[in-house]
Amino acid sequence: MDKQLIARGVTRTSLKNFYLWILPWCLLLAVGLYAVFLCLAKGLNQTNMDNRFSFGLWIYLDLTVIALGAGAFFTGFLLYVLKRKELKAVINSAVVIGFICYSGAVAVLGVDVGQPLRSWFTFWHPNVHSMLTEVTFCITCYLTVLAIEYIPVVLKNRKLKKVPSMLVFEFELHKLMVVFAAVGTFLSFFHQGSLGGLYGVLVGRPFAFRPALGIWPTTFFLFILSAAAVGPSFIMLTTWAASKISRKSLVKPDVYRYLGKISGSLLIFYIILKAVDTMFWINTVSTKGFSPAGFYRMQEFGTWILFTEIVVLGLVPAIMLLSRRVRANQKLLITAGAMACAGIVLNRYVMTIQTLALPTLPFDVFMSYVPSWQEVATFLAVLSYGMLVYSFSFRYLTLFPQEREIQSV
Amino acid sequence: METTQKSPRYGMVIDVDRCTGCGNCMVACAVENNVPPAQAKVTERTGMTWMRVSKLDNGLPFPENRSVYLPVSCQQCDHHTPCQSVCPQNAVEYDIESGIVAQIPVRCFGCRYCMTACPYHARYYNWFDPEWADGIERTLNPDVSARMRGVVEKCNFCHGRLQAARAKAAADGRKTESESDYTTACAECCPTQAIRFGNLADPKSEVSILSKSPSAFRLLEDLGTEPKVYFRSEQEWVHTIVKKTSSSELKEHSNG
Repeated sequence: MDKQLIARGVTRTSLKNFYLWILPWCLLLAVGLYAVFLCLAKGLNQTNMDNRFSFGLWIYLDLTVIALGAGAFFTGFLLYVLKRKELKAVINSAVVIGFICYSGAVAVLGVDVGQPLRSWFTFWHPNVHSMLTEVTFCITCYLTVLAIEYIPVVLKNRKLKKVPSMLVFEFELHKLMVVFAAVGTFLSFFHQGSLGGLYGVLVGRPFAFRPALGIWPTTFFLFILSAAAVGPSFIMLTTWAASKISRKSLVKPDVYRYLGKISGSLLIFYIILKAVDTMFWINTVSTKGFSPAGFYRMQEFGTWILFTEIVVLGLVPAIMLLSRRVRANQKLLITAGAMACAGIVLNRYVMTIQTLALPTLPFDVFMSYVPSWQEVATFLAVLSYGMLVYSFSFRYLTLFPQEREIQSV
Repeated sequence: METTQKSPRYGMVIDVDRCTGCGNCMVACAVENNVPPAQAKVTERTGMTWMRVSKLDNGLPFPENRSVYLPVSCQQCDHHTPCQSVCPQNAVEYDIESGIVAQIPVRCFGCRYCMTACPYHARYYNWFDPEWADGIERTLNPDVSARMRGVVEKCNFCHGRLQAARAKAAADGRKTESESDYTTACAECCPTQAIRFGNLADPKSEVSILSKSPSAFRLLEDLGTEPKVYFRSEQEWVHTIVKKTSSSELKEHSNG
């Protein structure tokens, strides 16, 4: 049965090896689910969050995975809307990764709120001025779009293809994919932006607050651009990792180079805007009586963190990815992609954790926070869930259409 | 004193020179608003105190050392209320009839975005199930609902008392409540009368006059959220400290 489910023309590891690979992830998932149970049954007192650190590891995780999962919408946009056919080689993998990232984030949000059964209230009593309302609406809709985009990938399975009605359904769905890609892009643009706006609108947190351009703070636009910039890099990294773990060539080298080029072009644009935004912030925060340098004098959050984010993990990988010579060298290309992703991971950390750690009142103190094992285990459960979904998809679905061609050569 | 026809804007003026830091306001607030007693596992950072008394110190050695106490609750921001605009399901309400920023715990789903938005850290999350020892539950205030685990709450200027004052006004045939009908538990119980409560929109009211005195100040005024809780002190060093913001060099003054 297992062999009949694997696509023709490609080879996969033995079932025993596959079980050995998924076993640790299953165990980790079980531990994580127990932690989730504790949080739901006993409440969020199981976490180390508190009245000052009201957001913690989970919100940071949500912002990060959603930024990294942006490869799904941006690759879909480039392939279906702008007709960049080179990306057909990775679109299925991008959709699966996007689906994992978004569904994982939504699942964690379900644990993170104190009364998950009241989540539907946001749709019933929506506050149209809240960035979180925008995030909730867009993520819910986009997760539906991703699920719809995932269906044709599943239906293309060798066994399922034999059912005529499923084949017809897949064919018809595929014809509509351009619509879903466009809708997905629209929704994704909005919620990536509103995740940035989530912190940018916080007038009471001068470290995060940014002036509005139109109706959105500048972080709205920076989050869209940064997510679009690192999404392709993350697709590149995951494809490379899948290739290394499975010991197979999955896409042609020019696909990596193309993804790197897209990432670099957007990243340099983002970094320039981020630098300009930072300079504006320094000026505006001063007018509100705050000392911008003061924010970087507390504990370990020195100016090095800003330098690392903008230069070391921003400008440097952007220049590397724009260099044809670097892109020709796979090791350097992957390193640059990893640095770009690390830069965005750091940016989300600064926006979520550093913002909350910094005091606002003159008689406040700097606060630190270390997540509890339940928070870490829940985070690892999402990681395990992602690894399992991707592993099963990789084994039984055609994530990389070029693989068969490469293997036959 | 009868208020003018204009809608009242309730506010407070707290004289920090009078405050002894006794914590009576915290206790009165908890009793009035059915805030449950802290459980053994509760820490300073997970506890529930709608009113929190912080200590400010001038940092000088004895005998020049001086300190004051600063009772901080929800500052009832009047302009671009940070917590109200961020709540995704309208669980934070700004009442234009009173200027009070209220929380609707039955609508709150505990996302805690409002807590992140509040610069005064005046919002509290129910990290634990509320528990009262046997018999104590009979002392609960019937005018105020107890809240459940997983929702956010905060000072609402004793909303139960406002409702009672409005009911009394209606019974007396008046359109609005009078200032003498309504005060908060903390203001009522302060032994030194450091906390004054009233209608800021009435130019003749005590709070309105006190709030305009040169010794009055508000916390984080530069943020532009127009808080309706004022503080007063004749001591220059208190003004110096509160005017400086947290990103300046003053965090060593803290003992909050």
